[in-house]
Amino acid sequence: MAYTILATGNEAVGWGAIHSSCKFFAGYPITPQNEIPEFMSRKLPKVGGVFIQSEDEGAASNMVYGASIAGVRAMTSTSSPGFSLMQEAISAMAVLELPAVIVNVSRNGPGWGTTQTGQQDYRQATKGGGHGGYRCIILAPASVQETFDLMQLAFYLADKYRMVVMLLTDALVGQMTEPLELGILDFGPLPEKDWALIGSAQRGGWRYLCIPVAFDLVGYCRRAAEKYQKVADSEKRYETHMTDKAQLLLVAYGSTARACKGAIDMAHAEGLKLGLFRPITLWPFPNQAIKQQASQVGKVLVVEDSEGQLVEDVELAIEGQAQVNLLGIWARHQVTGSGVIHPERILQEVKTLL
Amino acid sequence: MKAEGVAKEKAYGQPKLMLLGPQVFLPGPLRFCSGCHYGIIIRLLSEVIEELGIEGRTIALSSASCTVLFAMYIDKIDFVDALHGHAPAVATAIKRVHPDAIVFTVQGDGDLGAIGLGHWVSALLRAERLTTIFLNNASFGMTGGQMAPTTLTGMQTTTTSEGRDPRMSGFPLHAAELAATMKGVAYSARCTVHTPANYQRAKRAIKIAFQKQIDGVGYSIVEFLSACPTTWGLTPVECLEFIDERMIPEFPLGEFKNVDIIEY
Repeated sequence: MAYTILATGNEAVGWGAIHSSCKFFAGYPITPQNEIPEFMSRKLPKVGGVFIQSEDEGAASNMVYGASIAGVRAMTSTSSPGFSLMQEAISAMAVLELPAVIVNVSRNGPGWGTTQTGQQDYRQATKGGGHGGYRCIILAPASVQETFDLMQLAFYLADKYRMVVMLLTDALVGQMTEPLELGILDFGPLPEKDWALIGSAQRGGWRYLCIPVAFDLVGYCRRAAEKYQKVADSEKRYETHMTDKAQLLLVAYGSTARACKGAIDMAHAEGLKLGLFRPITLWPFPNQAIKQQASQVGKVLVVEDSEGQLVEDVELAIEGQAQVNLLGIWARHQVTGSGVIHPERILQEVKTLL
Repeated sequence: MKAEGVAKEKAYGQPKLMLLGPQVFLPGPLRFCSGCHYGIIIRLLSEVIEELGIEGRTIALSSASCTVLFAMYIDKIDFVDALHGHAPAVATAIKRVHPDAIVFTVQGDGDLGAIGLGHWVSALLRAERLTTIFLNNASFGMTGGQMAPTTLTGMQTTTTSEGRDPRMSGFPLHAAELAATMKGVAYSARCTVHTPANYQRAKRAIKIAFQKQIDGVGYSIVEFLSACPTTWGLTPVECLEFIDERMIPEFPLGEFKNVDIIEY
């Protein structure tokens, strides 16, 4: 039975995993996602799962690789620098077509960056990050409830397509506290994991060899491309808000989309009509939907807490059918890592464009 | 032999009369260079796995390099290839998910001693119930004979053409001795297969190592001094002399730890 609690976005990640029957978590401490491994270390053993605090993020992601090939739902969580360390294992899981869920509660800046919020991992998440040609499904929640719901969707999609699914949140979404309605979401039946390594005795003496693609590289690439096309055809998700008869279309994901909604309300009070297009799947990117919306409105302002990464995909999708502008990280109210883009600043930028 | 710990002598499984060799050892040519010892070690592993009767619940992990080919010649055991150096982390997860499975890793010296040293030591410290077959051939084999952590002092490789100078490139790694200092380790030994007597000792060591895992004691490791004629630039017979005269003085054979209980 569903009931409502108060939770942070990071706790919602944990609740979502528990409600998805996740049975394995490995992670390494890094701010601003520490509440996730702390939550999992308390909850997971109580439901028969395994929690391991690993020696680094490389080990955490490789442990997820091991647990996944052993046949259970497995996940890890990290923040930007740790996510870089996981690319090797993500690439390996892609080639063996292993399902796994990876949560990146992103912070800002290259290198160390800061421990505060940022949206500068968009390109790394959506365009690969690791070596070789592969894709991950990227989900971007903008609230605590959506974090919980998308966690369950992530495990479902991972098992459905045998893919790595990533939840890209940030320190704002991860640390904010909101009401959270708990409940198991049913997405439908899934295929049996008859490929899992469980010992040959349980398979009537037949052994399984999981080896890389060297023997059939081209065949693998073709199969993978077909699978990614199938995902692109059927799994695009987005939200539109007040787009009807809008004078300008804001495009943003995650926490920045929340600021955009604030700006839309303020504009409405002043008699300006703004709309919001919020991609929920960053890959597959909802390109046809955004093109249709943008071509109707004619003017687009992409708002993202980075130097301009989402804007590349938006321009590509719109194909010149609308004027695309960017409000990036320089619009923060402070130059330090603690800065954020406020609704007032978005509205100010909108007024220069109308 | 340097023995440590309090293990009792046990009859670890019964040797079988093997007129045709172990059933799990797949027939056919091995893809290793002439004079390489890996084929002998695979045969040995096959014998032990069959005598212990664990083939149906064994999951093997290899890593980068020639070890990729290892478990492919052992029938009836599941096998997954881990990324270079990460096999102990992957094996940890598999063992935690399937505690009844027998999980072992096959790792070379670059894999375990260089890129994966941290993962390996961390798994030892966690007392994971795993077994590692560590293949020490004092060089990077598959990549063409570069210096490995186990390369002997003064030994020539393609990246130490004047011989390994410890002031520039460090000292050789003693993995079996290092493992013996860790509380999470149940068994640690170093063997060779370059003489029939050592082959029998090595078989016993592998059997004890697997038995430690079956009994759930802790981590077990068997290090092999293994010939790599191609990268050493020696004939197979000269390799045997090299092991005797150069390798064993640096890397003494024997058991370094053997305990039946790890105190928590």
